Amino acid sequence: MNATPSSVPAVEVAGVAKRFGDVQALCEVDLRVEAGEFFGLLGPNGAGKTTLISILAGLARPDRGTAFILGHDVATDYRAARRALGVVPQELVFDPFFTVRETLRIQSGYFGLRRNDAWIDELLHHLDLTKKADANMRSLSGGMKRRVLVGQALVHKPPVIVLDEPTAGVDVELRQSLWAFIRKLNRDGHTIILTTHYLEEAEALCNRIAMMKGGRVIALDTTKRLLARFAGIIAHVSAERLPAEWTSRVRRRDGQIFYLALDDYAQLEALLASFRRDGIEVEELTIAATDLEQVFLRIMAGSGTSDETRVPALEVPES
Amino acid sequence: MTPSVGWLTLLEKELLRFWKVSFQTIAAPVLTALLYLLIFSHVLESRVSVFGGQVRYTAFLVPGLVMMSVLQNAFANASSSLIQSKITGNLIFVLLPPLSPLDMYAAYVLGAMVRGLVVGLGVFLVTLLIAPGELHLAHPAIALAFAVLGSAILGTLGVIAGIWADKFDELAAFQNFLIMPLTFLSGVFYSIHTLPPFWQAMSHFNPFFYMIDGFRYGFFGLSDISPGISLGLVAVAAVVLAAIALAMLARGYKLRH
Repeated sequence: MNATPSSVPAVEVAGVAKRFGDVQALCEVDLRVEAGEFFGLLGPNGAGKTTLISILAGLARPDRGTAFILGHDVATDYRAARRALGVVPQELVFDPFFTVRETLRIQSGYFGLRRNDAWIDELLHHLDLTKKADANMRSLSGGMKRRVLVGQALVHKPPVIVLDEPTAGVDVELRQSLWAFIRKLNRDGHTIILTTHYLEEAEALCNRIAMMKGGRVIALDTTKRLLARFAGIIAHVSAERLPAEWTSRVRRRDGQIFYLALDDYAQLEALLASFRRDGIEVEELTIAATDLEQVFLRIMAGSGTSDETRVPALEVPES
Repeated sequence: MTPSVGWLTLLEKELLRFWKVSFQTIAAPVLTALLYLLIFSHVLESRVSVFGGQVRYTAFLVPGLVMMSVLQNAFANASSSLIQSKITGNLIFVLLPPLSPLDMYAAYVLGAMVRGLVVGLGVFLVTLLIAPGELHLAHPAIALAFAVLGSAILGTLGVIAGIWADKFDELAAFQNFLIMPLTFLSGVFYSIHTLPPFWQAMSHFNPFFYMIDGFRYGFFGLSDISPGISLGLVAVAAVVLAAIALAMLARGYKLRH
C-alpha cells in the first residue's frame, strides 16, 4: 500500500466558514497540509476540528470558502475527493446487521472495489481482527469496534487519512499497535491528519500541528518549532524567600514553593549562585521541560486572538 | 474502481439487511395478509358483492392484499433502513464514499421494491394454497407493471420519510397517519362502487386507489376506473416523487449539514 507524495497538497482549505445556528463553528479557516505529512489538528472541544473534517469529508457544506483533497474540490469533484480520503469518525458507530468481514467488504464496494479480500485480510491482520472476521459487529468490544472503523477508513487505500480522535477510550496496547500501523502507512507515503486529546501522542507522531480555538486556526507550525517557541524550563524552588533579581520570573507561588520560568538549563547555575550569595537555603529543587501540553495551554490561554506570536502568561502545571 | 459497483453494493447491503431478519421482514407480513384473508373472506364472502357479482369476494380480496403488502413493505424497507442508519450514526458509511444522489436513490428504492415484491409474491403464493381455483391472471403484464410502479412509489416515499424523520416517532406518524389510512381506504377490502357518492369521489384523490385498482384489473380484467388512466397517474406520481427524493438527496437535506 504505497501512496506517492506529490507537489499537490493533500489538503487545501481556503477561507472556509461555517455557522450552525448561533454558533460560528469555523471562521475563514485557511490550511494547507502537504502530501506525506503526519499532521496534528488540536484544540479544545468546540474548536471546530470535527466541523473542518466534516467539510473535507463532504458531511458538511461550508457557507463560504473552498476545500480540496489532492487537488479535487470536495463540492464540485466530490467523487475523486472522497476516493482520495479515508475518515475514521469520532463516534463509535457500526451496522449491527453485519459481521466484521461483511462490513469491510461492503465499505470496499461503496468505493467501487470488489474482490478486495487480499487487502481486507491484510487489514484484519494489522488490526488484530483476523479471529473476529466472522463475528457480528454487535459482539465486539469498544476497542475492537474502533479497529473496524479504522479498517473501514483504509479499505479503499486512500492516500489521505483523517483520524478523528481514534484512540479515545482505547486501551494502551491497542493504541501502541494502532500507532505502529499508522506510522507504517505514513512511511509508505500516506498523509495522516490526526485529531486527539492525547497531546503526548501528537507530540510523538506529528511533524506539523495546527491548533484551533473558536473556529480559527490560532497556531500553525512544525512540532519542533512550536516546542521551541515556548522553549524553557520551569524550576520549582522550595525556599524561605527569593533573591530579589529573580522575583520577576515567578509565575506562581504555593507557600514556600516558587515556580520560576527560566530560559534554559544554563540559568540554573546563576539561580543557585544567587541563593548562595544571599545565604538562602534551597530545601528542594525540581525542574520540568516544556512539552506540547504546556505549549497548547499557553496558546489556548491567548483566546480571542489569531496572533500566533503573542505569548501569554505561562501556565504552570500542578506539581 | 468501477463507479457502478458502489450503488450495486449499497443495493446488496439493503437486500442483505432485510434478508438477515426475514422472519420479521417477509414471513410476518405474509402471515398478517393471510389472517386478513381468512377473517375477511369468512365474514364477508356471502355478504359483499363486487363487480356486479362477476367476482367472488375472496378472489377480489387477494389482489388487494397482495398489493397492500407490496406497498407497505416497500415503504417500511427504505424508511426503516434510513432512519435506523441516521439514528445509530452508521449512515456515515454511505455518506463518506463517492456515491451520487442517484446511486443512493436507486439502491434504496430498488432494495425496497425487491422486499415489497418478494412479500407480495409470498402472499400471492400462500393465498393460492388457501383458495385454489379462485384466481387467474387476465393481464399479468399489467399486474406486474402496477406492482413494480407501486413498490417504486412507496420505496421512494420511504426514502423521503426516512430522510425527513429525525426520530422513530416521526417516522411512525408518517406511517400511521398517512401511509396506513391511504392504504386501507384505497379499496383493498372493497370496491369503491359500494361506497356512498361522496366517499367514491374522495377515493379518486387517493393515489393508492389507482395502484390497487389497476393491479386488480391485471387479475380480473375488471376495474373501477380505466387501467390506462390509473397507469398514467401512477407513472406521473412515481416521476414526481422520484424528483423530490433526488432533490432532497442532492441538497443533502438532513443528511449533510
